[in-house]
Amino acid sequence: MLLALAAIALATLLTVPIWRIDLKAPQYPEGLVMPISHDHFAGDIQKINGLNHYIGMATIEDNMFPEFAIMRYAFYLLISWGVIAAIIGKRSALFSWLFALFAFVIWAMWDMYAWGYKYGHNLDPHAAIQVEGMAYQPPLLGHKKLLNFDAWSTPDQGGWVLFGVITVAVLLYLHDHWVHHRAKKKLKIANP
Amino acid sequence: MKRSIIITGGTLGAAAGLFMLVNTLPGCRPSTNVQSAVTGDAANKAYVKPGAYDEFYNFVSGGFSGQLSVYGIPSGRMLRNIPVFSVNPESGWGFSEETKPMLMTTHGFIPWDDSHHPELSQTDGVPDGKWCFINGNNTPRIALVDLGTFRTKSIIEIPNSAGNHSSPFTTGNSEYVVAGTRFSIPMGTDEQRDVSIDSYRENFKGTVSFIHPDPATGKLDIAFQVITPGVNFDLSHAGKGPSEGWFFFSCYNSEQAYSLLEVNASQKDKDFVMALNWKKAEEYAKAGKGRMVPGKHYMNWYDDAKHTGISEVRNEVLQLDPRELKDLIYFMPCPKSPHGCDVDPTGQYIVGSGKLAALIPVFQFSKIQEAIAKNDVEGDFMGIPVLKYASVIKGEVKKPGLGPLHTEFDANGFAYTSFFVSSEIVKWSLETLEPVDRVPTYYSIGHLCVPGGDSKKPWGKYVIAYNKITKDRYLPTGPELAQSAQLFSIDGPKMELLLDFPTIGEPHYAQALPAELVKPREVKFFKIEENQHPYAAKGEKEAKVVREGNKVHVYMTTIRSHFTPDNIEGIKLGDEVYFHVTNFEQDWDVPHGFAIKGAATAELLVMPGETQTMKWIPDQIGVTPMYCTDFCSALHQEMQGYIRVSPANSKVELKGVTKSYDAGS
Repeated sequence: MLLALAAIALATLLTVPIWRIDLKAPQYPEGLVMPISHDHFAGDIQKINGLNHYIGMATIEDNMFPEFAIMRYAFYLLISWGVIAAIIGKRSALFSWLFALFAFVIWAMWDMYAWGYKYGHNLDPHAAIQVEGMAYQPPLLGHKKLLNFDAWSTPDQGGWVLFGVITVAVLLYLHDHWVHHRAKKKLKIANP
Repeated sequence: MKRSIIITGGTLGAAAGLFMLVNTLPGCRPSTNVQSAVTGDAANKAYVKPGAYDEFYNFVSGGFSGQLSVYGIPSGRMLRNIPVFSVNPESGWGFSEETKPMLMTTHGFIPWDDSHHPELSQTDGVPDGKWCFINGNNTPRIALVDLGTFRTKSIIEIPNSAGNHSSPFTTGNSEYVVAGTRFSIPMGTDEQRDVSIDSYRENFKGTVSFIHPDPATGKLDIAFQVITPGVNFDLSHAGKGPSEGWFFFSCYNSEQAYSLLEVNASQKDKDFVMALNWKKAEEYAKAGKGRMVPGKHYMNWYDDAKHTGISEVRNEVLQLDPRELKDLIYFMPCPKSPHGCDVDPTGQYIVGSGKLAALIPVFQFSKIQEAIAKNDVEGDFMGIPVLKYASVIKGEVKKPGLGPLHTEFDANGFAYTSFFVSSEIVKWSLETLEPVDRVPTYYSIGHLCVPGGDSKKPWGKYVIAYNKITKDRYLPTGPELAQSAQLFSIDGPKMELLLDFPTIGEPHYAQALPAELVKPREVKFFKIEENQHPYAAKGEKEAKVVREGNKVHVYMTTIRSHFTPDNIEGIKLGDEVYFHVTNFEQDWDVPHGFAIKGAATAELLVMPGETQTMKWIPDQIGVTPMYCTDFCSALHQEMQGYIRVSPANSKVELKGVTKSYDAGS
């Protein structure tokens, strides 16, 4: 039951931003924010692009990311996988879902890192500002200083839901594992 | 020998002592020290630390600069100078094609005025932070400034008026703002207007106009005009509470002098405060009791969606005649050329200030009503009843000072009156009519302002003096000096000087209200998708150059940090070139400027999301530079371009481009 709820909770990831990039600089005391949803960017994307053109970074646009087109199907799959695992009710089914969740997170992080690397290093050679040896790869997680900007990369609401769901799934698995283990022990004690 | 030394020494000592005594005795010789009179923690009370905001916005008339300036209180820091009646090359106000219609009048394009009185719009008798009205005294006009954009939204010309001084004071819900003529004049047809000045008494009339601001659009329109005997209207204020529905106007020159007014208009012991029943006037106007009379005037309005000013011409105005509509206006005698005409927060008392008087009469609304009901009159003036002075006053403030001008109020039953001649502010009790405190001002105060001080609920806290004479208050700057304002705390029983701050033009009146009522309204930039300017280019793809006969329209965009197009060719001598510049930035505080060498207008300062147009008539063959004037980014200095101007018969193809790096240069 809890497992099914957890799986359905993943649906919120289709409606709220999953990740966010925050930027702060002396002339932006109010900060700039770029929330990333499963299918689009939002926030101060235009202002960030305006700044990035000085250093020759590519303009961030939704259509840069084929991932945006397919991400929803990944979520559909993960949600239905979880629900089916709940219906089957077997530990192995839960384990498979957990595996899928981890696989998804690892893929997503790797994908983001790869994009960040490309985006931060592929600079227009005609850019107005060129700092020798400087790359502008945003941090994967946490804080990084990029010229006069402080950049943070952290989960947004959706990201926290995802981690919550994974935590619940792991706890369920461990609980199940423990109960099963004890049951086995009890069985051993009962039938020495 | 010894004795003579002693005598000589003693004599010298005595002389020196006497000399020192004479020089140190107070009152023996006037002190030439600059007056300070500041107590210990004044600096703290006026200090707003860097990055912190002021508590109040202070809207101060720009006087003969024709503008409206905005200060923060208590710091006295100037925040903005809003162009209203006068052209402003800094922003292109009055120079861009879009803003030129705003300064149109029946006299044509008038690039200047003399603005006197800012008045904040009100809801339930309290400033609401939506608009600020201001009058043009010279070419009679009233403007409405939108406090969301801090820009002039609407300007209306007042017909049958000559000098618009007693305005633009508002009714409690800004149903109307008023405009009373300072000069009475002959009105009507050409023959009726072309009369001998000697015939003042027969032919000259005054008017007071009631102007309705449309709550949704901010458009100003004259609802009706009341014709009055020929006098000079000076100031006015609406009634409130029990006196809601009435308006009070001070007027001088009941002598009806038309030459050497300095003497001839100062003969009578008393002039008038005119009480006008505007609710009644409104009823009469609606009931068709007025008549449409000639009164050509301009109504100019700025369309924020089209980013364009529009002028409409009206030929007539609805006039009401109180000689026929008997219960519309009453005169009340008021000593010696009344100036200020101020209504206290309760709406019970009307304070008249005879500027040549040594007392302040306080009229009581309930007594005015009784006198009207009992027909308690002492006669009539040009057919209008004059109520008996003794019957309508609560009393007089005796010997308050010399030359009372204006009065503002706090919420605790005290009035603050400015005295030009004796150069001071006097605080007095509305209950006892006794002065309770006085402070000198440097020098010769005119108007004064308490935040909310003419409303139902004054916020109090400060009184600000706007002085007429500056002299030695600041570092000298030649014969022409800044104007001098002074901030006093009124929190305690004694008024306390906190700060001097310089202002522009000659500030007359000013109003202040809590910043919190204005700040949430602020527009940070215009949304580009809502821009309906017919010549807007909402992105570089829409940039183009189009020829229509000898008119060339350049649809130009700006973004940090380039123009599109920035290379324009095919312009010929004899062309009229219209640069329609759209700034499609969408961030706060990223305006772009636009300037062309030798342009006879001014620069444009284009806000994000806005389109503004510069008309340029090239007068020289060759390549002319254009550039951005507002430091927009680290590459601002690169934000420039060229316009090629060829002879009139040239065959150069018309084109406008911005070449990317890859396209080669």
